[in-house]
Amino acid sequence: MKQKENCRVIEQERIGREIYSLWLETDTIAKEAAPGQFVMLYGKEGSRLLPRPISICQTKGSALRLAYRVVGSGTQEFSHLEPGHRLETLGPLGQGFPLQEAQGKKTLLLGGGIGIPPMLETAARLEGDVTAVLGYRDEVFLKDEFEKFCPVAFATEDGSGGVKGNVLDAVREQGLQADVIFACGPAPMLRAIQAYAKEKRILCWISMEERMACGIGACLGCVCDTVEEDPHLRVYRKRVCKDGPVFLSTEVEL
Amino acid sequence: MKPEIHMNVEIAGVEFKNPVMTASGTFGSGAEYGEYVDLNRLGAVVTKGVASVPWSGNPTPRIAETYGGMLNAVGLQNPGVETFCQRDLPFLKQYDTRVIVNVCGKTVEDYCQVAERLAEESVDMLEINVSCPNVKEGGIAFGQDAKALEEITWQVKRYAKQPIIMKLSPNVADIGEMARAAEAGGADALSLINTLTGMKIDVHKKAFALANRTGGLSGPAIKPVAVRMVYEASHAVKLPVIGMGGIQNAEDAVEFLLAGATAVSVGTANFANPCVTQEIVAGMEAYMEQYAIKDIRSLIGAV
Repeated sequence: MKQKENCRVIEQERIGREIYSLWLETDTIAKEAAPGQFVMLYGKEGSRLLPRPISICQTKGSALRLAYRVVGSGTQEFSHLEPGHRLETLGPLGQGFPLQEAQGKKTLLLGGGIGIPPMLETAARLEGDVTAVLGYRDEVFLKDEFEKFCPVAFATEDGSGGVKGNVLDAVREQGLQADVIFACGPAPMLRAIQAYAKEKRILCWISMEERMACGIGACLGCVCDTVEEDPHLRVYRKRVCKDGPVFLSTEVEL
Repeated sequence: MKPEIHMNVEIAGVEFKNPVMTASGTFGSGAEYGEYVDLNRLGAVVTKGVASVPWSGNPTPRIAETYGGMLNAVGLQNPGVETFCQRDLPFLKQYDTRVIVNVCGKTVEDYCQVAERLAEESVDMLEINVSCPNVKEGGIAFGQDAKALEEITWQVKRYAKQPIIMKLSPNVADIGEMARAAEAGGADALSLINTLTGMKIDVHKKAFALANRTGGLSGPAIKPVAVRMVYEASHAVKLPVIGMGGIQNAEDAVEFLLAGATAVSVGTANFANPCVTQEIVAGMEAYMEQYAIKDIRSLIGAV
């Protein structure tokens, strides 16, 4: 039987105004994790029942790295974790990026905001012609770590660094070509990338986000709309937690 | 040597190895949680609501956390009874546990059609969902009017081969009246409570947290309401009652038995701990050993 792991915190570092990088010592999660998958984190405060889905940022042996933004009381609680503390974790969950599809192809990794962390492990595992394009509001994080694995372009909305604008502005300005796109970020960004990939006829996979409860595909809380009828659910919907969070851009409606 | 303890209970002629069940809608049809829980350990798996045809449910967001609870407005998304019978039921039949199918519909005919389709299937009981607050037609409309509840109970009973459990809504003035209406219609058992209708507003976005605006509140926040209603319903009728609403651990489960429930369902707690149902069974065994209780049935309605 699968179960939660009670993971030991190795270290936690604040890497942005509201962004934290957390390393956990895991039994099997890190070893099994694939880029684009996520874990569920269970806080200790009893008034908050639901686990928080956090994408996998990096793995090193049995160590698992998560990078998350503090958006509410749940993630606030995690931000206080210190080395030696314990955190119940379930995973890895969901379907990650299909790395084999990028084999020998010109690949763009597009990350926006808190959608940037899952692209780091993706960059680490891909070989060949790979470029990461990172989009920030203003403050830049994790960029130097991407540079260890591949060339990096970046954009800031306020123009304080890189190209002024979003990831697609950076792609266009730098004339970046692609056969395959892997992307993660807020819905408006994914919508724009979905349209861009369609126009340029680029194979594109996007990682979606939705409010979740169970995280394992049972409660149907986190569905997204699909172009075709899903053979399992028998409706035009798929489960973000179980069938995703990574989907082919042509199969989902954003 | 450990003293022998008896965990088995009986509802409408159906024997359960223990009184711990899953609450409909939180456990799918068991396949996903089957990776985390030994389904053989459970008294029953109560499935997600099944309709005559596939339902696509409500738009997202469907989930919002609240203090000590959560709101959901999934809207009974389900693949329909045909897919359920061909795929989900054979999966569940591999396990040594009882199968209770939650039945939903928009009209009386819908419910009857599902009951009729399941009549020849290897299903132990039907739970008739007349209390979902998240669908506009059907559902709750039957669960908030005593006359309508009695009528639909009587109609479904005509088509059902298995004993039927009427799942009651807490969003009523007098739960005893609703329990008596279900009994008068010929119900074999009752289950309660379904979720309480609630609302959450995001003050930063100045918007409803759920696309459906309202949703069903569940979790430990509703437990005292549920215990009170199980107590009132079980004292209003002779029917066995399956109690639920915020059960997180074995002590919560025992509390419902003491209030008058014959069995209990665990719902929202699955989200906080996917292994919780099995842990509650083990915890109830430990409780019985601690207090030297030989037969769990001695706890039912014992206050």
